[in-house]
Amino acid sequence: MVDITPEKVENVSPAEVPEADLYHAHSFWTKYVFCQDAKVIAIQYSGTAVVIGMVGLVLSWLMRLQLGVPETFSFISPESYLQFVTMHGMIMVIYLLTALFLGGFGNYLIQLMVGARDMVFPYVNMLSYWIYLLAVLILVASFFVPGGPTGAGWTLYPPQAILSGTPGGTGLGIILMLVSLAFFIIGFTMGGLNYVVTILQARTRGMTLMRMPLTIWGIFTATVLALLAFPALFVSAIMMTLDSVLGTSFFMPAIVEFGEQLSYGGGSPILFQHLFWFFGHPEVYIVALPAFGIVSDLLSVHARRHIFGYRMMVWAIVAIGALSFVVWAHHMYVSGMNPWFGFFFATTTLIIAVPTAIKVYNWTLTLWRGDIHLTIPMLFAIAFIITFVNGGITGLFLGNVIVDVPLSDTMFVVAHFHMVMGIAPILVVFGAIYHWFPLMTGRMLNDAMGRFHFWVTFIGAYLIYFPMHYLGFVGVPRRYWSMEDTNFIPDSAADLNAFITVAALIVGFAQLVFIYNILVSIFKGKPSERNPWKATSLEWQTETVPPGHGNFSKELPVVYRWAYSFSVPGTVDDYVPQNVHPNDVKLVEPEGS
Amino acid sequence: MEFFREIRSKPWLESQDVIDNARFGGSIAMPSTRLALRIFVAVVGVVFSLSVVAYADRMLLADWKPVPEPTIMWLNLIILIASSVAMQWAVVGARRDRRSQLEAGLLIGGACSLAFLAGQLLVVRQLDALGYFAPTNPALSFLYMLTAMHAVHILGGLVVWARTVIRLWRGIAAEKVLMTTELCAFYWHFLLALWLALFVWFVIT
Repeated sequence: MVDITPEKVENVSPAEVPEADLYHAHSFWTKYVFCQDAKVIAIQYSGTAVVIGMVGLVLSWLMRLQLGVPETFSFISPESYLQFVTMHGMIMVIYLLTALFLGGFGNYLIQLMVGARDMVFPYVNMLSYWIYLLAVLILVASFFVPGGPTGAGWTLYPPQAILSGTPGGTGLGIILMLVSLAFFIIGFTMGGLNYVVTILQARTRGMTLMRMPLTIWGIFTATVLALLAFPALFVSAIMMTLDSVLGTSFFMPAIVEFGEQLSYGGGSPILFQHLFWFFGHPEVYIVALPAFGIVSDLLSVHARRHIFGYRMMVWAIVAIGALSFVVWAHHMYVSGMNPWFGFFFATTTLIIAVPTAIKVYNWTLTLWRGDIHLTIPMLFAIAFIITFVNGGITGLFLGNVIVDVPLSDTMFVVAHFHMVMGIAPILVVFGAIYHWFPLMTGRMLNDAMGRFHFWVTFIGAYLIYFPMHYLGFVGVPRRYWSMEDTNFIPDSAADLNAFITVAALIVGFAQLVFIYNILVSIFKGKPSERNPWKATSLEWQTETVPPGHGNFSKELPVVYRWAYSFSVPGTVDDYVPQNVHPNDVKLVEPEGS
Repeated sequence: MEFFREIRSKPWLESQDVIDNARFGGSIAMPSTRLALRIFVAVVGVVFSLSVVAYADRMLLADWKPVPEPTIMWLNLIILIASSVAMQWAVVGARRDRRSQLEAGLLIGGACSLAFLAGQLLVVRQLDALGYFAPTNPALSFLYMLTAMHAVHILGGLVVWARTVIRLWRGIAAEKVLMTTELCAFYWHFLLALWLALFVWFVIT
């Protein structure tokens, strides 16, 4: 395998973009608030996502306090517990992870990594953020309305989601949730169009699709998935809103509530479940694929080795994306279905493990004989592989009907999905922040605090979720406020719950150390070099760090190779940036010359 | 297609370098705005497709009662076709630099669209007058919902249409609104095709 072109080649003239095409901010408001620069929008997205994510984190602490030391906190009622469960789930999946990976990393990295000045539609990009913020505010408002937010569970299953027995079911709680989701989807669609079109149409000279870093492939495929999957949630949100507000019966069957026959009749709750999971399963990969891409780049850079099987990695991302649309009903085994459908969805679920396993093998083989630097991003990347494999394997268990049915409503499922789409992607988020923080700020994050953050988070996550698998096996149900006198659950389950709560609180507080590290390092962190990790991709080749307006100098970079030219035999440096002309690569002098 | 050819390449090979170094431009041969609109149209198509799938699924349940299509819906369909034709006529005018044709096409197209929306409101009122009421009949609920969703998309298109008309009114050259007019026409054709499909669906169910 040859990574560079050793012969002298004809020069390729650089591409220029007329200044008139660029967005120019003229005031404080247009530079920092209503800004159309994707880098600022990325920071706005990330900041908002982290703030609402902290709300989700606090909700998880409250849940854990109730489970660990039941009946100690009077303000955690059964109703509020269900509200915490619901809001925690929705916040973490949609408003934190999706927004952070696509709105945050997507906006910051796409234009830089493909060598563009900015996104192709900066104004629409700006609108995307403000609509996202509006969605977040509507969601937060539901905490303050009479009856509080919805407690229907993050899946919002009807009929219970809009019945009076469910917290927030007949008040504004559920309505605000549905409206917020609708706004989120509208905002995301605006951003998503930008990501896709920018990647397809605005790459710099020489940046072919197959020279793009895998981060971009992950974000690109996840965006396509989201554009096709979110409509299912949008449609179901509209229909459920109509059921709730106008009394239609799209999803609501004939039902008696507290002895009273309601006016609903004939609707199909299962129809909602199909629509929800047609969105819900791709959503797992909307979060996972950017993480796959980012972790590939982190591993390659910090192991000083080209990514193993680049082309297969790209195809695996695309294959996973496509297959993610034909596995949704494995979330519905307990709803009942024709056994042949169960067989079909169990089979597709097992098939999707194949491209996923290819990625895991390739990550491992990337590390093989690499010059591994155990930097903080690398620690998080390795932790991701381990965690993703653990969470993925329990997914194979649950993908089988006969195993899923008894485990479906237990803590085993909670452990599984937190490992695979909670902890694993969050580890990548952390690794990515430690990796790209110097690019965004020109300063390094504090290493000691970073290592403390890593080890507490990584070990703590296992202390939380490994025992939870056991709780599931012994039958501890999920979404229960209290076990009370449940005979089949051993006393040890309560002790284990208390232990998990202590671990969760410690891990939670470690995140405060991380946020403190960020806030302090922005202003007082050690100044970083221009390319501290000696990476090859274009975001590190800008004229200034942090990148200025328009990203690059007057001339856009020209790309001569893929993003994985590390430790290339015969070259002096152990990396060759994508934009270094082949004639300028420093070659080792042959012996005796 | 360029996209599929590209993803089969091997970026680590010297021979591929020669090809890739000369590579410049987008993966899909069309302006970014046109591509974005096509992707948006695809997303809208998914929204309506899923709604129709839900409609079909809901039809299987016992309480389904078909509703008649008021005659005015046929008239609305003709008005929407006229609107789409007018938009295309405006595009031809812009391409041939015939300003009056461009302006007339846009105005007729916009007016027909507004008339279509008014007609759709009349449909709802007629169904109400006939004694139908949405919550009691899922077929009608779907009809109202899909009609409203389609109308919202027309309203969105009218925002872009209005911006184009205002720019023309301010004296901008016809060639400068060619792209926008083409995009409007494409969007109108899509909304016509969408409504045609929905209308046929309503009639056969």
